[in-house]
Amino acid sequence: MSIKIERLCYSYNTGTPAETMALHDVSLTIERGEWISIVGHTGSGKSTLSQHMNAVLIPQSGLVEIDGVPVEPKTKNLRELRRKVGLVFQYPEQQFFSETVRDEIAFAPSNWGVKGDELQARVMEAARSVGLDDGLLESNPFALSGGQRRRVALASILSMKPDYLVLDEPTAGLDATGIRELVELLGELRSAGLAVVQATHDLQSAFEFSDRILVLEQGRGIAVGAPEEIARYLLDNPVHGLILPPLVRFSAGLAGRGLTIGLTSGLEGIIDVLEAARKPCGS
Amino acid sequence: MRLLSGISLGQFIPGESFVHGLDPRCKIICTFLLLTGLFLASSPPDFALWGALLVAISLLSQIRLGLVLRSARPVLFLALITILLNIFWTPGHEIFRAGFLKITEEGLILSIRMGMRLFFLVVFAALLMMTTSPMSFSDGLERLLSPLAALGFPASEMAVMMTIALRFIPTLFEETDRILKAQISRGADFESGGLLKRARSFIPILIPLFVLVFQRAENLAVAMESRCYVPGRPRTRMCPLVWRRSDSAALIILFAFISALVALDRRFLRFLIR
Repeated sequence: MSIKIERLCYSYNTGTPAETMALHDVSLTIERGEWISIVGHTGSGKSTLSQHMNAVLIPQSGLVEIDGVPVEPKTKNLRELRRKVGLVFQYPEQQFFSETVRDEIAFAPSNWGVKGDELQARVMEAARSVGLDDGLLESNPFALSGGQRRRVALASILSMKPDYLVLDEPTAGLDATGIRELVELLGELRSAGLAVVQATHDLQSAFEFSDRILVLEQGRGIAVGAPEEIARYLLDNPVHGLILPPLVRFSAGLAGRGLTIGLTSGLEGIIDVLEAARKPCGS
Repeated sequence: MRLLSGISLGQFIPGESFVHGLDPRCKIICTFLLLTGLFLASSPPDFALWGALLVAISLLSQIRLGLVLRSARPVLFLALITILLNIFWTPGHEIFRAGFLKITEEGLILSIRMGMRLFFLVVFAALLMMTTSPMSFSDGLERLLSPLAALGFPASEMAVMMTIALRFIPTLFEETDRILKAQISRGADFESGGLLKRARSFIPILIPLFVLVFQRAENLAVAMESRCYVPGRPRTRMCPLVWRRSDSAALIILFAFISALVALDRRFLRFLIR
């Protein structure tokens, strides 16, 4: 069970002077239960790639296969694929249209024919899984804070019980606390068995949580691998618009001074290595 | 699934051609002349010459002819109906008959005339918009309308409104496309069901769109005010419009051409009727 993307190409405004190549020969496989980060500068094709993962965009050339079903213009059950792969767009709170949080979260499952008690149960479950207070269900989604709105948006996708969760810049526009909370929430969802695909330019969270990272540059997948490999790659081949987080640069500096340290060992890892390397006083 | 693609009518295509470089006032007047001339044209051979003029202008604009012609697509249906109505329901000298449908010589000429006029009308207007950026277009229009300001006509406010409207059309299409995609991935279905159900299915598109539009309008108003924009106050320009010799030349040459085409049309017409 996986999302398989092979040699995917996609361009916008095909056949006009404004034609732009958004994706060029991108390949990636996402297994269930994995956390994948897609990193790249603005305009590198992250959004286009994530919209292919739930068949909102149909490949122009190349292959996208969701749990063995290829996405093609004539594929019958695109709607079922879209339920399997929940896609959270950038600034998802901009799609709100309901008067209450409850209706907003109920929109997706009701489109797939879920109703009555089952629908209410789904709404409650989704709201709780993103840490929304039951009391908020009757309030107006437009009256909530930024972080809460993002949670409602996430719940409105989770309520259709997807197997994969694809998020396009989920932390954009949130403050530091909001980002922390959201990333932790994604971690919990992932432990519950959901595959998480996160398009982001926040390398810190990508290094910290991902199993694998895909680096996009101008629509081409230029590197894919575990965080450690990608940190090493980006250190040797800087990519425009992707700045390595301070901790990674610090680790790289320590490694350069002869210490044995992984680039993505994080704060705790660095402290441990420094502790071990400290010479006792007076010796 | 880009549902709103192919809106090429009136989209500016940046370029460095002769036509791109003309003063927008010159281009607006030229288009006006072309449209007036079209309403004086009436015979099929004359329309062939108008076609040659169109090809010449699009060559001077360095815009692919296919793209120019494609801009007529939105009115194709309208043109077809006009042609069909005129071809069968014009009384006159009968040349063909099938059942209750009959084609008259007059009807044939009239339908060609109407179809051609409609086609050239749209294509010439599109050519203007393709070679003139929205900014310079509204600048030009403002200057052309400025004499009316003395009569209390708010020319510059109109121009600002138009600039803003033109500027935000593509943005709105993008937003709509994004919201549409987002609701589709939440399982929204716009294709099945009766008329009422389908109309209702657009609520999840329209409400977010309205919210966004109002937010944008508010932000824009604040941004303009914070840069001291006051409607009706005179403003200086960073790039004042300059009327060059080439503008005068283009205008004179085009006027001569159109006059010739209209004069020739009279000849053709006399020939055809005889």
